[in-house]
Amino acid sequence: MARRVTTRAKLTNTIIAWFVGLTIFFPILWTFLTSFKTEGDAVAIPPKFLDFHWTLENYIQVNDRSDYLLHFWNSVVISVGSTLIGLAIAIPAAWAMAFVPGKRTKDVLMWMLSTKMMPAVGVLVPIYLMFKNTGLLDTRIGLVIILTLIDLPIIVWMLFTYFKEIPGEILEAARMDGATLRSEILYVLTPMAIPGIASTFLLNVILAWNEAFWTLLLTAANAAPLTAFIASFSAPEGLFYAKLSAASTMAIAPILILGWFSQKQLVRGLTFGAVK
Amino acid sequence: MATQHSRAAARLMISPAVILLFLWMAVPLGMTIYFSFLNYNLLIPSAHNFIGLQNYDFFVTDPAFVTALVNTLVLVLGVLVITTVGGVLMALLLDRPMWGQGIVRILVIAPFFVMPTVSALVWKNMFMNPVNGIFAWVFHLLGIQPFDFLAQAPLFSIIMIVSWEWLPFAALILLTALQSLDSEQIEAAEMDGASAFSRFIYITVPHLTRSITVVILIQTIFLLSIFAEIYVTTNGGPGNASTNIPFMIYSQSLLQFDVGGGSAGGIIAVILANIVAIFLMRMIGKNLEA
Repeated sequence: MARRVTTRAKLTNTIIAWFVGLTIFFPILWTFLTSFKTEGDAVAIPPKFLDFHWTLENYIQVNDRSDYLLHFWNSVVISVGSTLIGLAIAIPAAWAMAFVPGKRTKDVLMWMLSTKMMPAVGVLVPIYLMFKNTGLLDTRIGLVIILTLIDLPIIVWMLFTYFKEIPGEILEAARMDGATLRSEILYVLTPMAIPGIASTFLLNVILAWNEAFWTLLLTAANAAPLTAFIASFSAPEGLFYAKLSAASTMAIAPILILGWFSQKQLVRGLTFGAVK
Repeated sequence: MATQHSRAAARLMISPAVILLFLWMAVPLGMTIYFSFLNYNLLIPSAHNFIGLQNYDFFVTDPAFVTALVNTLVLVLGVLVITTVGGVLMALLLDRPMWGQGIVRILVIAPFFVMPTVSALVWKNMFMNPVNGIFAWVFHLLGIQPFDFLAQAPLFSIIMIVSWEWLPFAALILLTALQSLDSEQIEAAEMDGASAFSRFIYITVPHLTRSITVVILIQTIFLLSIFAEIYVTTNGGPGNASTNIPFMIYSQSLLQFDVGGGSAGGIIAVILANIVAIFLMRMIGKNLEA
């Protein structure tokens, strides 16, 4: 039985909700608009909302004056690389814990989660010194290693909650029908596990893309991903709002789009399955 | 049924993840503990002598530590209050029937996907700048003196920026929880003559309590280590007005090269985080059994 809702109440809800939604979204919209302004229009008071001279100049300048593409590529390599390596290590582990649970499975899972609770500053000094001594400072491979380790617990957990939902009876049925272990994995489990793996991949790329502790402190010119490149705008020279906006728009657009696709998985992933 | 054979295979499949995480936990943390007992400054590379608890003593008795500790607590609590109260209100609003619900949801969740350095710099320059910012213009329209947010109220400004980043998280999780509420329960209460207020207090709130706890605990873990937002806006200043514990440790170890002192601070941060973590782990552990 659907509850009766008057059109008027619905209209009120709609107006309030859209107002709140647009207010929260406004800084992003404003950044997007400013990225098409001249630097003069960008600092104009009163602010120019739509009636300004639209230009692509900032996008061209950001690309010309800095190695924007290098930083973008660094972000891609670091976020996708660390996620893929993390998945390669986590899939077997989560698979085993979900399908062959032992007495200590729960303890192992909880212990993995506890490693995530360790604040990064607690190990900043040794990691920094280790990186310095081994030449890993300001390298993509160094950041991939760190982010893989940071993300591993979340990846294992997310996969575990997905794998656990695959009914064990299906495996038994397949075994009764004479499926070998290999075909069991290949034809029964894999198709059922792919959606969970895909969402884990998506959420983790988002988290790694936006990671801004290690990426800021362990990189300089060569391996800096977009988080660190944008941070260089904190000590700018001259007018820079439009260029900051263009660089920011390019940095957040891909993730915003990926993020909107993964809203549901986000809840589950970030609460370690506590809220679904 | 799990056989002896499949158990062995399972152990083999789990071990790479366990070994890696164990090394990640034990080695750097062990080194931090070790460094924290040494007189170790990168500017004086020769001297690494053991000085016991002096680094801790030095770090904790530094007046800046008390400031940083208070700042950390104010930052965490401020953001928690704003995002949980705002999140509950937002979830209740979004759960009501309306046109374009999906689009509003997308608008509300967006800030969560913006990288911290972008959020902080956009807020700092395009909104909070006392000359060219949108707030300066609004204040001007209202006839109020322009206000230099990050200079005059640095910690408050950072709380605003971080709340904007985390409000979507709280709203989304609480909305998900709200949508799993059985609507028949509410209808039954309605038919029995329960008022909207008592329906909210006796049905909705108890249903949300668990999710609110999860939101608070998870956010606390992240909020205790806020760094990038401070790094690109105030750099901990003016003075140390917006320095929190992570920023203090960063500045101690990487700017002043005091490895020993920074490590002692790191261990203190680990202890603080663990106090919160124990509660969170208990929550999630309970859920695992259910």
